[in-house]
Amino acid sequence: MQRLIASAGAKLLLGAWMVIVIVGAFFYAPAAVTLGEMSRIIYFHIPSAWIAVLAFLMCTVYSVGYLRKRRVDLDAGASFAAELGLLFCLIATVSGSIFAKSAWGSYWNWDPRETSIFVLLLIYGAYFALRSSIDDPSRRSSLSAVYGILAFVTVPLLVFVVPRIPAVQSLHPDGPIIQAGGGLDMDSKMFTVFMASLAGFTGVYAWAFNLRMRAWRVLNRAQEAEAVDRED
Amino acid sequence: MTSSSNWAREAVSVLAKDVTSEFRTRYALSAVLLFAITALAVVSFSVSPYSLEPDAQSAFLWTVLFFSAMTGLSRSFVREEEGRTALALRLAAAPEAVYLGKLLFNVVLQAAVSAVVLPLFLVLMDISVPLPGLLAASAAMGTLALASSSTIVAAIVSRANSRGALFAVLAFPISLPGLASAVRSSAVALSGTGSASGDLMTLAAYSTLMIASSLLLFDYVWND
Repeated sequence: MQRLIASAGAKLLLGAWMVIVIVGAFFYAPAAVTLGEMSRIIYFHIPSAWIAVLAFLMCTVYSVGYLRKRRVDLDAGASFAAELGLLFCLIATVSGSIFAKSAWGSYWNWDPRETSIFVLLLIYGAYFALRSSIDDPSRRSSLSAVYGILAFVTVPLLVFVVPRIPAVQSLHPDGPIIQAGGGLDMDSKMFTVFMASLAGFTGVYAWAFNLRMRAWRVLNRAQEAEAVDRED
Repeated sequence: MTSSSNWAREAVSVLAKDVTSEFRTRYALSAVLLFAITALAVVSFSVSPYSLEPDAQSAFLWTVLFFSAMTGLSRSFVREEEGRTALALRLAAAPEAVYLGKLLFNVVLQAAVSAVVLPLFLVLMDISVPLPGLLAASAAMGTLALASSSTIVAAIVSRANSRGALFAVLAFPISLPGLASAVRSSAVALSGTGSASGDLMTLAAYSTLMIASSLLLFDYVWND
């Protein structure tokens, strides 16, 4: 009961936090000098991309855990992390693409970061294609865990390779996180909202993931009880 | 488990078995070679009126090589599952030896394909190469990279239901770092300007990384 109250409280807090972030993103933080009102995308686009990467990391962690301990809940965790990662990856891609159209004139131009997020989308897509093509549950779990780990291992190499791909120069403003400067110089108000938004998105991810895990546990328990009933 | 010399011997036996059965049926080699030549003919046929930039030539070359790898390299494991010989192989050899044997077979197969495709490509597209040594090195390293990434994916795919379409889907994102570096260093070799040492180093690092992680993970794919 106490846990239920605590989780309801945390949920309310998260909701209020996100409301404040959204209001702050549009009214509290000033627009950037060169990009103007369009710069407000950073409070939503970059956190989504961050969650897409974080979920990929979590998927790998759960996959390693599954291969070591062979617990079905770890496999479920890996697939839910990947599901949420795919969702946020899509949000980041679409929002970035709309921004690219209005800021740089084309929806897609294989800028290095567009390339890497595209590869991430492909990996997520391939992961689910693999999962859906295997019937046997334990085989599905271990094969998709292996694939998730393999994909994760290659990603650091992309960091070296992608900037070397010819003919495209990055149009991305050189990150508000990586270096302050250039078109997107963040002042302290923008920085506050940005960090609050990162924290809020991480919280939303954790909440959705937790929800998915709880639903899975209930379903799993019901199925097990049914199986026991049938045996009796 | 077994000592490393044992592994090596078993791996060579697996390779010898695959080469023998390939030699008898010539399934993979003939299918892949014909596919590669068809793809090459399509490329050459459709772009022959134009003289291409080295970047585009290199991209076409690797498109042909990548997709021929995608048609051929999955056979190594799918054949064992379809012929119902996987169980016997599982009993006969250590997983690491099976992986290394299959990897060697895929390297040999893909090298044979590259050895035919590359000269044909240069002839059909009428290209004179400023740095032939670098082109050969890029082709060799790229071939190794393609084989090292697709062997483990082939093992995964052979245990799944929809094998044909899935292989390229799964292999592409994983092969991309190797493929992109191979395209880059081949473009340098074809244009004669620029430096390819970084790309060759990436290729070497990529192949090592893929083989090492495949060796660690192969047991989970093979024995489940």
